[in-house]
Amino acid sequence: MNELKENKRPLEEIAEDMKVLEDLTKAEYKWGFVTEIESEVAPKGLNEDIIRLISSKKGEPEWMTEWRLKAYRHWLTMEEPKWPNVSYPPIDFQDISYYSAPKKRSQKKSLDEVDPELLKTFEKLGIPLEEQKALAGVAVDAVFDSVSVATTFQKTLKEKGIIFCSISEAIREYPDLVKKYLGSVVPYTDNFYAALNSAVFSDGSFVYVPKGVRCPMELSTYFRINAKETGQFERTLIIADEGSYVSYLEGCTAPIRDNNQLHAAVVELIALDYAEIKYSTVQNWYPGDKEGKGGIYNFVTKRGACRGKHSKISWTQVETGSAITWKYPSCILQGDYSVGEFYSVAVTNNYQQADTGTKMIHLGKYTKSTVVSKGISAGKSKNSYRGLVKIGKNATGARNFTQCDSMLMGDKCSANTFPYIEVENDTAKVEHEATTSKVGEDQIFYLNQRGISTEDAINMIVNGFCKEVFKELPMEFAVEAQKLLAVSLEGSVG
Amino acid sequence: MLIIKNLHAVVEGKEILRGINLEVKPGEIHAIMGPNGSGKSTLANVLAGNKGYEVTEGEIWFEGKNLLDMEPDERAKEGVFLAFQYPVEIPGVSNATFLKTAINEKRKYLNLPELSPKEFLDMMKEKAKILGMDESLISRSVNVGFSGGEKKRNEIFQLLMLEPKLAILDETDSGLDIDALKIVANGVNVFHKDDNAVIVVTHYQRLLNYIVPDFVHVLYKGKIVKSGGKELALELEEKGYDWVTSNELETQSI
Repeated sequence: MNELKENKRPLEEIAEDMKVLEDLTKAEYKWGFVTEIESEVAPKGLNEDIIRLISSKKGEPEWMTEWRLKAYRHWLTMEEPKWPNVSYPPIDFQDISYYSAPKKRSQKKSLDEVDPELLKTFEKLGIPLEEQKALAGVAVDAVFDSVSVATTFQKTLKEKGIIFCSISEAIREYPDLVKKYLGSVVPYTDNFYAALNSAVFSDGSFVYVPKGVRCPMELSTYFRINAKETGQFERTLIIADEGSYVSYLEGCTAPIRDNNQLHAAVVELIALDYAEIKYSTVQNWYPGDKEGKGGIYNFVTKRGACRGKHSKISWTQVETGSAITWKYPSCILQGDYSVGEFYSVAVTNNYQQADTGTKMIHLGKYTKSTVVSKGISAGKSKNSYRGLVKIGKNATGARNFTQCDSMLMGDKCSANTFPYIEVENDTAKVEHEATTSKVGEDQIFYLNQRGISTEDAINMIVNGFCKEVFKELPMEFAVEAQKLLAVSLEGSVG
Repeated sequence: MLIIKNLHAVVEGKEILRGINLEVKPGEIHAIMGPNGSGKSTLANVLAGNKGYEVTEGEIWFEGKNLLDMEPDERAKEGVFLAFQYPVEIPGVSNATFLKTAINEKRKYLNLPELSPKEFLDMMKEKAKILGMDESLISRSVNVGFSGGEKKRNEIFQLLMLEPKLAILDETDSGLDIDALKIVANGVNVFHKDDNAVIVVTHYQRLLNYIVPDFVHVLYKGKIVKSGGKELALELEEKGYDWVTSNELETQSI
């Protein structure tokens, strides 16, 4: 019937397209520069002495050092997970440096004391740290390799009782909060990389929003890996007390390096009664070159606990970078009537591999979760969605809706969906929808026929495909995400 | 405006067009009729530059330019418009975004300034009215959730928005009830002026009661076997395609 769909194209035609693809995927990773700065780098390798060194560099109290050591000892008993649908050569964990910090003139107190080279670096990345230059309504914690170099708008936030600082500072200044919540959502026994992170975590952000406070600005952390042969192990902890609200954004980039670098983060969110946390990520680690050389291994554990009734945690992620992505931002819905959401766009091109998704664990009554996942694969990449929906036996009236769409560009990439559903309560309602589509030549031709070039047509189709997720992002991020997508996929139709 | 000379085209190794000759002048309406499989849609797609169709011989000249040298988007910007037989859905892309991009790309190509959002919206409202379309359409995704009839109407809406020089309607009448047919035809008649041209590709005579052609061509097995005025369509309706196709067979056997 529809004669347009099944037509084979002449070989020259395909070859021509491949050339376009080749030209355009040469589009450079814009964030790949290296900052020339003197750094203090821990010797390669991991042992108890290194952990003690990291802990003392950060001026941590004894209990923290002990916690790290316990995590390390546990890690030694664990094995790297082999179940993700990704492949990479074995990682030599003794060939990585676990700590790198720009040499400081003094403890940072104000921006005047931050190395201008660092300020320049962040400015170049579009993250000015001087408050007057910053995006109105966004407070930023800037993390460079293993340390936080600056946190903006701290004073403004403090007036509302909101704590926004680096995790190192929180360990020193707010030990009670940290002791109470650190590891309470992701214990160090959780998985191999969570254990490793707990042992060696460097910096990351800490947020506490007190009872009834609606955070007046977006909080944001920008992670930058700079040093060679180091890993970044950030740790983020966000606590929203009763009836509070916070929206948090995370961005990340790294220089172009030939070798693979490890990034193993842990993020824990805690929402108490009637609290809401919105967590957005635009992940743009260096993906490796088009032959698959270099790039970040992004092995991350992100989990939120809806501890209180009517609490809500919402994850939105746009994943375009990294050589390998392995992450499942999850929600544990403990409080009755609590809500978990996961909106994701994962793009893979060239030789990138992504195994990403979510876990929605329904424990409380009338808990609700929504999962919208959009996977886009181009080049020779591999893109998998892996998701678990678990309804516990006490989760009366729990509901889940999952929608999982994959889009393929060309015929050398692959997309997989691994949904796991476990239901122990028969009043629960779980819905799962999945589709796979190819960016159709008929769609491109249709747009071409209206005067839109093939490049623009692909961007339009892809942005349309991701729309449900982009609309969940804060405005500035949504625009950024669209641009990023265009760069990541330029010319990738085959 | 359009000159087609000895056009041959192949789809999946099979020759579908086998020597088409046709000239279309500004202000004219041409109807291309013929039985299923005669090559009508192929001709429409070849004109628009669909890459699934390979031209093996012949020439196509549009406004003095070699159409076969142009990419599909370039042809569109030069003023060739195809109203699709099966309009595709583009989820998540609103009609407004889609049309605004299309119009401004074309304007850029013609060295005209972009339309302001207000000019664009006013234009959308005005054209939607001609086709009796609800304004909510503006924010809906391109063709998503549209009925067959709505999709066809949307094609004509785009025709009115883009104001091409040459409109090719590929079976725009299929799947339309009589009321929708009249509305669509009216849209085409509003579009049609002395300086543009329309090629109506259709299986049935019905549409031609409302879009009255200056010329009717009968396509059979990839060739135009008979041409005439609008009365030829009526004759076909009455006598069926067998009438011309058997003629053709006779001519061939002589």
